[in-house]
Amino acid sequence: MKDYSVWRLLEEGMRGHQGWPRAWREPAPRPAYDIVIIGGGGHGLASAYYLARVHGLTDVAVIEKGPIGLGNVGRNTTIVRSNYLYPENNRFYEKSLQLWEGLEQDLNFNVMMSQRGVLNLFHSDSQRDAFARRGNSMRLNGIDAELLDREGVRAMAPVLDFDNARFPIHGGLLQRRGGTARHDAVAWGFARAASGRGVDIIQHCEVTGIRREGGRVTGVETTRGFIGARKVGIAVAGHTSQVAAMAGLSLPVESHLLQAFVSEAVKPLLDCVVTFGAGHFYISQSDKGGLVFGGNLDGYNSYAQRGTLPVAEEVMAEGIAVVPALSRLRVLRQWAGIMDMTPDGSPLICKTPVEGLFLNGGWCYGGFKAIPGSGWCFAHTLATGEPHELNAAFTLDRFRNGRALDEKGAGPAWWAQ
Amino acid sequence: MHQIDCPWCGVRDEAEFKYRGDATVTRPAAGAGADAFHDYVHTRANPKGWHAEWWHHTGGCRQLVKVLRNTLTHEIRQTARAAEPLAAPSPETTPT
Amino acid sequence: MSQPHRLATGGRIDRSRILLFRFDGRNLQGHPGDTLASALIANGVRLVGRSFKYHRPRGIFTAGPEEPSALVELRSDARREPNVPATVAELFDGLEAASQNRWPSLAWDVGAINARFARFLPAGFYYKTFMWPAAFWERVYEPIIRRAAGLGRAARQRDPDAYEHMHAHCDVLVVGSGAAGLAAARAAGSAGARVILAEQDFELGGGLLSEPAHDDWRKAQLAALREMPEVRILPRTTVLGYYDHNVLGAAERVSDHLPAPPPHGVRQRFWTIRAKQVVLATGAIERLIAFPDNDRPGVMLASAARTYARRFAVAAGRRAVLFTNNDEAYQTAFTLAESGIGIERIVDSRETSAAVEEARRRGFEVLPASEVSGIIGGKSVEAALVRSRHGGAARTVVADLVCVSGGWSPALHLASQTPAKPVWNEKLACFVPGTPVQAERSAGAARGVFGIGEAARDGHEAGRAAAAAAGLEGGATIALPTEVPPAATAIEACWEVKADGEGKSFVDLQHDVTAGDIRLAHREGYSHVEHAKRYTTHGMATDQGKTGGLVGAAVLAAARGEAIERVGVPTFRPYVTPVTIGAIAGRETGRHLKPVRRSPLHAWHVRNGAVLLETGLWLRPLYYPRTGEAGWTPILREARAVRQAVGLCDVSTLGKIDVQGPDAGPFLDRLYTNTFSTLPAGRARYGVMLREDGMVLDDGTTSRLGEQHYLVTTTTAKAAEVLEHMEFHAQTVWPGLDVQLCSVTDQWAQMAVAGPRARQTLQAAVGGRDLSNAALPFMGVAEGVIAGAPVRIFRVSFSGELAYEVATPAGYAEHVWEAILAAGRAFGIVPYGLEAMGLLRIEKGHVAGPEINGQTTARDLGLHRMLKKTGDYIGRVNAGRPGLMDPSRPSLVGIRALTDDFDKRLRGGAHVVSAPEDRHSLGWVTSVTRSVELDRWIGLAMLEGGIDRRGQRLYAVFPLKDEVVEVEITSPHHVDPENARVRA
Repeated sequence: MKDYSVWRLLEEGMRGHQGWPRAWREPAPRPAYDIVIIGGGGHGLASAYYLARVHGLTDVAVIEKGPIGLGNVGRNTTIVRSNYLYPENNRFYEKSLQLWEGLEQDLNFNVMMSQRGVLNLFHSDSQRDAFARRGNSMRLNGIDAELLDREGVRAMAPVLDFDNARFPIHGGLLQRRGGTARHDAVAWGFARAASGRGVDIIQHCEVTGIRREGGRVTGVETTRGFIGARKVGIAVAGHTSQVAAMAGLSLPVESHLLQAFVSEAVKPLLDCVVTFGAGHFYISQSDKGGLVFGGNLDGYNSYAQRGTLPVAEEVMAEGIAVVPALSRLRVLRQWAGIMDMTPDGSPLICKTPVEGLFLNGGWCYGGFKAIPGSGWCFAHTLATGEPHELNAAFTLDRFRNGRALDEKGAGPAWWAQ
Repeated sequence: MHQIDCPWCGVRDEAEFKYRGDATVTRPAAGAGADAFHDYVHTRANPKGWHAEWWHHTGGCRQLVKVLRNTLTHEIRQTARAAEPLAAPSPETTPT
Repeated sequence: MSQPHRLATGGRIDRSRILLFRFDGRNLQGHPGDTLASALIANGVRLVGRSFKYHRPRGIFTAGPEEPSALVELRSDARREPNVPATVAELFDGLEAASQNRWPSLAWDVGAINARFARFLPAGFYYKTFMWPAAFWERVYEPIIRRAAGLGRAARQRDPDAYEHMHAHCDVLVVGSGAAGLAAARAAGSAGARVILAEQDFELGGGLLSEPAHDDWRKAQLAALREMPEVRILPRTTVLGYYDHNVLGAAERVSDHLPAPPPHGVRQRFWTIRAKQVVLATGAIERLIAFPDNDRPGVMLASAARTYARRFAVAAGRRAVLFTNNDEAYQTAFTLAESGIGIERIVDSRETSAAVEEARRRGFEVLPASEVSGIIGGKSVEAALVRSRHGGAARTVVADLVCVSGGWSPALHLASQTPAKPVWNEKLACFVPGTPVQAERSAGAARGVFGIGEAARDGHEAGRAAAAAAGLEGGATIALPTEVPPAATAIEACWEVKADGEGKSFVDLQHDVTAGDIRLAHREGYSHVEHAKRYTTHGMATDQGKTGGLVGAAVLAAARGEAIERVGVPTFRPYVTPVTIGAIAGRETGRHLKPVRRSPLHAWHVRNGAVLLETGLWLRPLYYPRTGEAGWTPILREARAVRQAVGLCDVSTLGKIDVQGPDAGPFLDRLYTNTFSTLPAGRARYGVMLREDGMVLDDGTTSRLGEQHYLVTTTTAKAAEVLEHMEFHAQTVWPGLDVQLCSVTDQWAQMAVAGPRARQTLQAAVGGRDLSNAALPFMGVAEGVIAGAPVRIFRVSFSGELAYEVATPAGYAEHVWEAILAAGRAFGIVPYGLEAMGLLRIEKGHVAGPEINGQTTARDLGLHRMLKKTGDYIGRVNAGRPGLMDPSRPSLVGIRALTDDFDKRLRGGAHVVSAPEDRHSLGWVTSVTRSVELDRWIGLAMLEGGIDRRGQRLYAVFPLKDEVVEVEITSPHHVDPENARVRA
């Protein structure tokens, strides 16, 4: 793999860019691998990459039913942060954020990780206290966090509504190291880097069954034939229930729709990521100039990848309530992803009751920022057969044991998490 | 946007309803034990296809309505009052 | 001369009136009926904008919403709107527009330097560079990129205009008012259907507007439709999204053609249309051909040039070249020639066709098997380079207008959203709508049936069939336009004329994506159409690739060596064209985002100077400051009054649920962790309810008003959730229980009378009724009359003092409130607000929202004695899960600052640690207040080890402010732990 660099770009520019190689190889599947990862999204590709880079395991295939990177990694609002309450969560997401911070150099691919800050607005004293509890928890765990008053928020984001709001802004919890990244580039960057280290990425290959013998996994049935594997990892956000069912597992997961929107590109209006505390709305401006925003789940089980009007109306209304200048801008595109919702809003990176079968899912709508950390932890779990301490809490049996990690306190209603 | 035929009120927009989840799980008997209550609260079939589910007509008659809906196509095949059975969900699902 | 490019005759403009407008500061003139684009053309303005990436000069490319290039900032100040296609902006007197994405001026744009380095800036170049040094991304590279990117500038001020929502039902929605749409609407209307006809243009007629020969037919159809009372015609209305269950969204631009909306009028209106049947007569969009420098101002879609000549009576140039791969585009040459525009050459990529012969017969110079291989001219076309497709040198044809037609693509965006997958039609060289999956049908050019007569016939059939499917058979037969179809030779696909060297053949004009970029994407493995789109950003600009999307797909197909139908096109997602966010939001935003709930005593609070605060939807009094009072002073005064005399507090916001029926008691037994069926009538009991996962859902007192009648009170925040929880269980889990539920929150006002003088006060107010301990003990319930108004009196206490809550029908609220105040005046009564109430409950150690936050169990909150030992209740089993019984779980304690220095502040959200530098959190502070009894900061906290740590000295740390306060752990009951006062 030849490195990407400005020098290479100049060199290629002089000869019509004819010399760029494929970003990732496209091999035919081999009969068997040490490890097969089902799902060529962000999490699957990152897991494969870290298997190769951290654990030196390259007898690995990532199997994707369509083209890579077109699931949730290609349909989100690109926010990266580690501003969580529970130590189990904030340590994990902080690991992920630290990996993000060096990802361009690590992958030799510009994923445009941009740490322009994530600002959570609060609108009441009790909300301030809840945010402070979270911010203080972050600080105790060595993560950056700042509590801004109203004027501090105004300095950060002067376009917010400071004088006509139904729910006036009282202040905000800021994580300066948070920000956004270029979502597609994350999938492509991990794919290229994993492929470069010898991982096989097999597109257009749908898994139709998980073969087991004597309670342990032996491989996967696919539309391109059986592929043997000593270990199989599932990383198929949105369809986790379907794939797990192939191994006879019923999960604490429901699939729900989340819509997102992007406006036409305009000159810089908003520098950081802002989340609304009196509703469900978040917004940032991409480097291209589009305002990228989203809101709440559509709120019913769905695999449809398309949203409906009521949520769009609510999101736009909240959007204008936060950033009045949105009113005269135009929304260009709307899309929807399928979220694996769990009963506590926290993820699953764990072993399963089937030996050799491992699960990575339940990302709810926070999967994008987790990609490097999730890949790193899942690689560890796949390679060693045991979870890393950073993902030790993300088990399936936490619900049976009463050790849920419910950041919002919303309880086991998937659509409310 | 879903148009839900409330058995009490007639066809209404989804915006009048609150979703209340899988209608196939039933609360175990009091003595059923921890596993049964764990599954009741946490474990879901989450089908890609026909799904029997509760929609609460909070913006209308405040009745819980049982709806047979396809989670892939969003087609609604049947709605029923809480006490009425739904036709057995068809095994067929629309291919992806 | 004004408007030098205005044709002497023709057009649909009103020449009798002149409209003045400005573009980049220049004063110009146009006529009613013009778009900004046609008016600019009339004035000879060719350079209108700069492209996104290379800042190449751009002109007007189309005559519709598919415009990729001519985007302007419209209006100024608070009404400034960026990225408006000049091709859809209706001209009005005083219109102000400015070009965008250029500095310092449109003609001399520094950003154009990018074009010089274009060879180093291919698709995706940014993924390969800007990585070193790592810290430079946020500090150096990205700020430059962000400033350079974007197009126009958003207004910074609040939008002065209003938007509204409209809901409609109809039998048949017809989208588009061309020949097919008009015929469909008439056919359906005459069958008796309720029809909505939506047209995005300000004039109805679609392609007919450029066909004077059919104008009488168009007028006749419109006249007939206007006679039909059940037909609603919506011009300036774009149907933007096709949602499930045949619901469609549409934006009507009500006042965008005016300088400003009329007083009390709206700017735009968003329609939600529930249609039984839909006819999509959305027409077709002409495609570009990717030839070198096909973006120069003066290169224009052939149909657009015809539209400008016929509809707007403007000449897009004086000397034109037509480059086509189909017969239909010859009509443009004929039309332009009729309008006095010289046709220098007709360049046809095909070897031969019927149209070639026809054109030659008419005296045009036609070059078959030829192509345009380049453009001379930068800011405007000066000449076209034309060559044979069989080889040989290109010749220069002097021209200022190059009309291009790569064929037509049905506008199948809405059909695709249904989501029917488009199907490739080889004969027409385009995708056509797939088999419908919703109650819709496409008609006319929208499904590849071209030509006015054919489209009208198709629309008529579709309209009739749609009405029939909606249950309305029959209808009148209408006269359809007759049209002798020219002997057409089939289109032959021609997607690209390859550029030599550094030339650029654009497939996406706005995003500067070239055919070469698509091939580069393929070489690098981004070969799936979605990958290629995302890698190159092809089709992701504001025009969404309407003129070049398929061309890019075709270039990709060629690179892959596959048929185009295997490559496909990217998924069409809402919105068909970009839509104003304000329109989708409607009126319920800003201050009207959510309704405001006001207590029945609200007016009194306002009159008496209360400081009000949003708590959820409610607006509640925080405190009632007296002159000169600030900060904590009024709060402490009010709280002291309650501790020492008596106070009156509005608690009407508490949720109240009336529960009646023979099984009301057993139902509440299952709902609450404690028992209510044994509660005697006339008594109240505190209760805790759990979620089924064992966490506390809510708490409150429930009173038994009669044998089969209970009144449940909930916290303010959880009122709706608790009612839903109860209804769900009553209807679906225990349908056998005979119980009825009803929210009575808004029907009853409620007020707390609290303090050592509460009994005396209430006794004075209630008159003869005995309020002694014997008659109305703690947790007793009674009825009475205050100043003639019926009241319920509950002897319950949140403050920890001797207290009553008085409820009265909401209409009597102020009357009763005033009566109690009057009765209490002798005892020093003061009204107290939310802050004092919070202070008092924290002193008393009552849990509230910060403690019951969905993450705590009854055990965590010290409420385990509330869990009954026998009998089922919601949450019982899951509350026993081992993790929730773990003694290390944080549980409720009191916390008290050691110092009485109020500047050493205890704060909610602080964490508790063993030593100031310790990073291990033992728990957190949930609620804090200044205590009037202990004269220091106190609070409640959730702490590992809980009450066993009583007496320990720990530290409340608040790293966000670098604060540390030494604290003592205590019982949560800072005041009166024996609970004697409430029984006084």
